[in-house]
Amino acid sequence: MSTRIFGSGIKRREDPRLITGEARYTDDIKLQGALHMAVVRSPYAHAKILSIDSSAAAGMPGVRAIFTGADIGDLAGLPTAWLIPDSDLKTPEHPALASDVARYVGDGVAIVLADSRYQAQDAADAVMVDYEELPVVVDPHEAAQAGAPQLHDDVEGNIAFRWVMGDREAADAVFEAADVVVSERILQQRLLPTAMEPRAASAQYNAATSELTLWCTTQNPHIHRFIISAVTGLPENKVRVIAPEVGGGFGSKIPCYPDEALVSWAAKKLGAPIRWAETRSENYLTTIHGRDHVQFVDMAASNDGKILGVRATVYAGMGAYLSTAAPGIPTILHGLLYVGPYTIDNVFCESIGVMTNATPTDAYRGAGRPEATFLLERMVDKVAGALDMDPVALRRQNLIPPFADGHEVATTLIYDSGDYEAAFDKALAMAGYDDFRAQQAQALQAGRYLGIGVTTYTEMCGLGPSQVAGAVGFQGGLWESATVRVTPTGKVQALIGASPHGQGSETTLAQLISSELGFPVDDIEVIHGDTTETPMGWGTYGSRTTPVTGAALAQASRKLKEKARALAAHLMEANPDDIEYADGSFSVKGSPDQAQSIQEVALMAHLAWNMPEGMDPGFEESQFYDPPNFVYPFGTHIAIVEVDPVTGSIDLQRYIAVDDCGPQINPEIVAGQIHGGVVQGVAQALCEGVIYDDSGQLLTGTMLDYCLPKADMFPNFELGETVTPSPHHPVGVKGVGETGTIASTPTVYNAVLDALAPLGVAQIDMPLTAAKVWQAIQNANGGN
Amino acid sequence: MHVSMTINGEAVSREVEARTLLVHFIREDLDLTGTKIGCDTSQCGACTIHVNGKIAKACTLLAAQADGADITTIEGLAENGEHHPMQTAFWENHGLQCGYCTPGMIMASAAFVRDNPGASEGDIRHYLEGNICRCTGYHNIVKAVKQVADAAAGGA
Repeated sequence: MSTRIFGSGIKRREDPRLITGEARYTDDIKLQGALHMAVVRSPYAHAKILSIDSSAAAGMPGVRAIFTGADIGDLAGLPTAWLIPDSDLKTPEHPALASDVARYVGDGVAIVLADSRYQAQDAADAVMVDYEELPVVVDPHEAAQAGAPQLHDDVEGNIAFRWVMGDREAADAVFEAADVVVSERILQQRLLPTAMEPRAASAQYNAATSELTLWCTTQNPHIHRFIISAVTGLPENKVRVIAPEVGGGFGSKIPCYPDEALVSWAAKKLGAPIRWAETRSENYLTTIHGRDHVQFVDMAASNDGKILGVRATVYAGMGAYLSTAAPGIPTILHGLLYVGPYTIDNVFCESIGVMTNATPTDAYRGAGRPEATFLLERMVDKVAGALDMDPVALRRQNLIPPFADGHEVATTLIYDSGDYEAAFDKALAMAGYDDFRAQQAQALQAGRYLGIGVTTYTEMCGLGPSQVAGAVGFQGGLWESATVRVTPTGKVQALIGASPHGQGSETTLAQLISSELGFPVDDIEVIHGDTTETPMGWGTYGSRTTPVTGAALAQASRKLKEKARALAAHLMEANPDDIEYADGSFSVKGSPDQAQSIQEVALMAHLAWNMPEGMDPGFEESQFYDPPNFVYPFGTHIAIVEVDPVTGSIDLQRYIAVDDCGPQINPEIVAGQIHGGVVQGVAQALCEGVIYDDSGQLLTGTMLDYCLPKADMFPNFELGETVTPSPHHPVGVKGVGETGTIASTPTVYNAVLDALAPLGVAQIDMPLTAAKVWQAIQNANGGN
Repeated sequence: MHVSMTINGEAVSREVEARTLLVHFIREDLDLTGTKIGCDTSQCGACTIHVNGKIAKACTLLAAQADGADITTIEGLAENGEHHPMQTAFWENHGLQCGYCTPGMIMASAAFVRDNPGASEGDIRHYLEGNICRCTGYHNIVKAVKQVADAAAGGA
């Protein structure tokens, strides 16, 4: 029983409350006497704020207070918490409300507090702000050029940082000597994370106890607690942050936003509970965006197909302010992935963080690694084209050979384990690659354009040793902690500092504890999301909860098991070395009828009537776990598409994903992560993309205008796996939350470009909409 | 103004502002928060409910438009304490992750299968265009709906 729970696709225990509508998300929580907050937002992407007249608004029904930037002097600006060293980093002030200059459409300039949501919005619309428009720049490459409009006085040339990885001269020498060099300008378009639950925050301040409670849509309540403490000046032990049910995040609920600081501040100022929930339009204007790179990339190879080097200059759009983790995304989480699963000895990256009159960017599912993997896989296909080699053969030739315990690559990372060719072969077999090439040739004879894209990838996740976090400027640790608490009646509460928001961790982690300790999985509750109830943790992102929190739970469980073994031995008057454990039961070797169940031992530990000398009572253990290394899942994804040359429309016919995340605790949940990740990545290739006009207006500001993936764009996915444990992890698991997104964008892009190759199309900026594909075909044909 | 309707079998009657959206009426006035708001513009389907047996998106209806209507929300889908087959299918097929789209997804799918037993996978994928999920990639949602559609056809 207990040994089989690990690896079993049991149903999720989260689901009963979710399928019945009983779950409580932030905006589902009513607070007695709450006021509603609405934010007056700049309609201009860059403008001086000349004056704000709130007199008319203040007299409107239900309005209790209106505050502007001038009123919130005691609320500090939002901090940037990833300070990349050796990059000449500038961190411009990010006030919760703009006072002098608004720097993007949606930048808050005032807040209205009123009795109802409608009244607050009515009054917000009536606040008269006099603006003087300033010049606007939204493209990160343009913003970095001389003469571009300047956003911040203290960020000269809009360059917030310039991060360099590798030796430029050494890389240049390799490129000069190489047989083949391919180059491309790659546009990693801006994306809208679009968690289905928009952000929301509610706050309540108790003047008698000086305690603030903030309910908010966060992936990391403990990080929110200390940022809210820092910006409001309230002591951290007087701030309680609760992440109730959270409806997806994809990175967009990591940062601490002005709105969360403002409800906290206003709750104290007014002595009333405050509720705020963004509309979807506000979400698209003010919740972080993802990606936004303009990349200039080269790859060098020898004539016999050896990849010699990767070189890139990246202009990464940061938007108007540096969001919480933003500088780390196009640098540490990007450049370090430049060799992927290949043996490539020379890498160089210069990543330039550029301020633009746009919504701030930050971590969006994959966060830097999709942008690296796309670049690498696109260039590998281009090298294959230049050498007239099969891209599969080229990949195979350059794959790092299998390793089980550490492999250092040119970016200085030490990959933990990998068997890339095994996953590669499995995926190719599932796809029937060789047969497909024959079908493709036949189809072409009939005027049909089929294409195949093959991506091999590895990525670093399970973030990640704290010492490394410190060395790369992350203003926090990256360990996790967990407590396994067993009640006298043998029921388990596991308290974790991480904060899952849809991943199914309550189920997965219960399975893990059950497999370690033998309690039935249904007797184990996993509790998260409340800084007062749970131990410190750094949050759920970077595919780290199963690897890092899971390790903490496994180790806490093992400590409990050793205590149980010693106590069981004492109670049965046996030598601890003679105690055998199986399926939640401790027995004496050679006398199997003498046994104590884990529940009996737990009860005796609580009663403490008869403890061994020196053993403390109770049955609870905590563990702080700092991973010794990242984990590196890997795999191969393959897409088969057909492009209609007349309309430019793309039919995704098959999608094969073989992923290796080590042993799978719950294969159904793993598959779900891959399905969802793949769809998000495919959507970047095919349909999603933020459009700003030249004045910085967001043209894709609703779901009507921004193309989210729908069910009928996809076939059923074909999944496979290989299992290569992480050598440094207590149960060998690796993260799997982002692999689908990381692998799928280049897979589908390359498949489409493969289909279009006979038509002479070599490059199209994403997303590959039918209009753009059609235009590219026309251009390649010279209009014929 | 005054509105009256039947929600999940119970008669309700309230004074509301004329502009009150049905979804706000349901969530704030009646405290039935299972119905979600995801887009405000009828694209995402998180607010899908049944109005007189037909699906409707409550974010773009006024409460006044539902005066006199018979409404079912996710809270009223189960009968006699038993999950509706669509709720069961979503649970069994891991058809949800964060759960935010789920009430609307289930309400839409339940009505679809009631009217289209035996629907094909393609029919289901096409129909679900009005409901957006950002977590599951739709794979297991389609599987769940197909399971109920097949069962409905088999029992017909």
